[in-house]
Amino acid sequence: MGYEAVKGGHEAIENACRLFVYERVKNVKTPIKVEQIKDELYLLVDRVMSEASLYAPQLAALAIKQAAGDCFEAVFLLRAYRTTLPRLGYSLPIDTRNMRVIRRISAAFKEIPGGQILGPTSDYTLRLLDFTLFNENKKTINKFINEFLSELDLDVEEFPMNFPKIVDILRNEGLLVENFEGDRTFSDITKQPIIFPAKRCEVLQAMSRGETGGLLLLAYSNMRGYGDIHPTIGELRVGYVPVYIKENLLSGEVISIGEIKVTEAEIIAKFEKQEGKPSFTLGYGLCFGHNEIKAISMAVLDRAMQSKNPQMISENQEFVLAHIDGVESMGFCNHYKLPHYVTFQSDLDRLRKAQKEYKERHK
Amino acid sequence: MKGYNFGFLDEVSKREIRRKILKAIAIPGYQVPFSSKELPIPRGWGTGGIQITLSIIGPDDILKVIDQGCDESVNAVNIKKFIKAVTGVELTTDTTEATIIQTRHRIPEESMTEKQILVLQVPYPEALRVFEPSEVETRRMHAEADYARMWLYLYEDIVKFQEISIGARYPVLVNNRYIMDPSPIPRWDIPKLNMAKTLYLFGAGREKRIYAVPPYTDVKPLEFEDFKFRVEDFRGKCCMICGSSDTFLDELIDGSSGERIYICSDTSYCKKRRLVRSEL
Repeated sequence: MGYEAVKGGHEAIENACRLFVYERVKNVKTPIKVEQIKDELYLLVDRVMSEASLYAPQLAALAIKQAAGDCFEAVFLLRAYRTTLPRLGYSLPIDTRNMRVIRRISAAFKEIPGGQILGPTSDYTLRLLDFTLFNENKKTINKFINEFLSELDLDVEEFPMNFPKIVDILRNEGLLVENFEGDRTFSDITKQPIIFPAKRCEVLQAMSRGETGGLLLLAYSNMRGYGDIHPTIGELRVGYVPVYIKENLLSGEVISIGEIKVTEAEIIAKFEKQEGKPSFTLGYGLCFGHNEIKAISMAVLDRAMQSKNPQMISENQEFVLAHIDGVESMGFCNHYKLPHYVTFQSDLDRLRKAQKEYKERHK
Repeated sequence: MKGYNFGFLDEVSKREIRRKILKAIAIPGYQVPFSSKELPIPRGWGTGGIQITLSIIGPDDILKVIDQGCDESVNAVNIKKFIKAVTGVELTTDTTEATIIQTRHRIPEESMTEKQILVLQVPYPEALRVFEPSEVETRRMHAEADYARMWLYLYEDIVKFQEISIGARYPVLVNNRYIMDPSPIPRWDIPKLNMAKTLYLFGAGREKRIYAVPPYTDVKPLEFEDFKFRVEDFRGKCCMICGSSDTFLDELIDGSSGERIYICSDTSYCKKRRLVRSEL
């Protein structure tokens, strides 16, 4: 009987889950080690940690392996794990002025105090497929590392421990003004849902765990013409920042619990009249790991959403924040694959009646 | 399941959800925002309903989960597997046996009692969303009971189609105060909400809202004096398995003949009826 197939059934579902594992391993000669994903696919690991909002490179690499490289799935796995962990406390605010910088650039000034530090980036590479990687092995890697390091003139003594902020210079000269309106108290979006209009700390939290592609799409719409903020990258920095917590609430003793890699973008937008005096305005982005597109998109959207008179979708806080979470959007998109025959039956009933009415009126 | 709390969620999260449920019961039809945790099941697959179930379930509860009226559909199987793994509670397919029933898109045909709770999974908690995309605006409309645009929407539908185009998810007025989205149940199930003995809890995980219809609450589908609410029309049709002509039917296309055939959407009730019939 034809109708039995539509009911799915327990066994078929179990087998579909196992087939998913089978598909990943069926042709595998040497299984990828989680460690290898963590080391070699570190940018993917960074992205997964950032969108899952859990800083755990080892677990992110595991999620990538388990998800067969599907970024949305990997983020979902890690986020679902995160939700089982109790919130033990909050770190103290991190001052990114103390970042151990590996990359730091400004597009606003040619020369900046501390200098432009290009750091590791694919920005200036020619995007030609490197066929030698087909045969990459420990020997070729060591050869490259030895040659590269021996050619460098490494004087660690001279390397500064921290760098001044470009936006501080503009702030001090009164060229840049931030006057964020509204509630400045802290809230945690994993404990209380956002009620619009959202506080700025909620806006930044939501974007920091947002899906990179979604943030880019909305930010790009603003950059391209559906918006008018004309961003300049005041400073983009990537590096490691220490995380401190108050270990003892009574004595107030502060301890470091390690460091995390973050990307921070500060964009300077077209000037606006602020309390009479025209000034530049600032957009801010910060996310886990090395993900410059995400941090810049965040900063552009942060600034766009401060528009006094929102016209474009990237300026509409509710629109942006309600649609950037990858775990939510991918889940809802996938849910359309579930059976909908009851609702469809209701729609069929309405359409048949409407067609009947139409026929009677157009006899 | 080893390494996880009873009911998966930690106790602090459960308490928060239970408080939000109490608030929802106190204000029938009002959407209460809640934190909404991620679960190992995707957003849009019933995470709101699951969080409610996990927050109210105890070791002695007996759980039934249905999707489209069916105990064996993919979503129901998935959810049952998960809740069983993290609670170890007894499962059933019998509507009358269950203490908690979680459901997607249906209310069981058999009437339920004061001792049972029906948990509905909700994709869109906002009935006004069909014409107003902004949450700020819809919250204002609810606060002021400003529902003129909802009525206008229905009126314009009638003018255009001589019919209201909303199939499932038909808006209702709860306790003469809030317009509520009853979740995508067919219109067939709407009358079951009115003055019911059972507590109905609605959970929207992705949209982070919980709302409720407490027992013995007035629930009216929106209708005009001269254009009455009507349920799906199954006149002249009956279930080809149990012969029922007073249940919501799924329409199927027979693979071999291409003909339309009908069977009960509520599979466990259908099975019961068949048993009764064979005993006669």
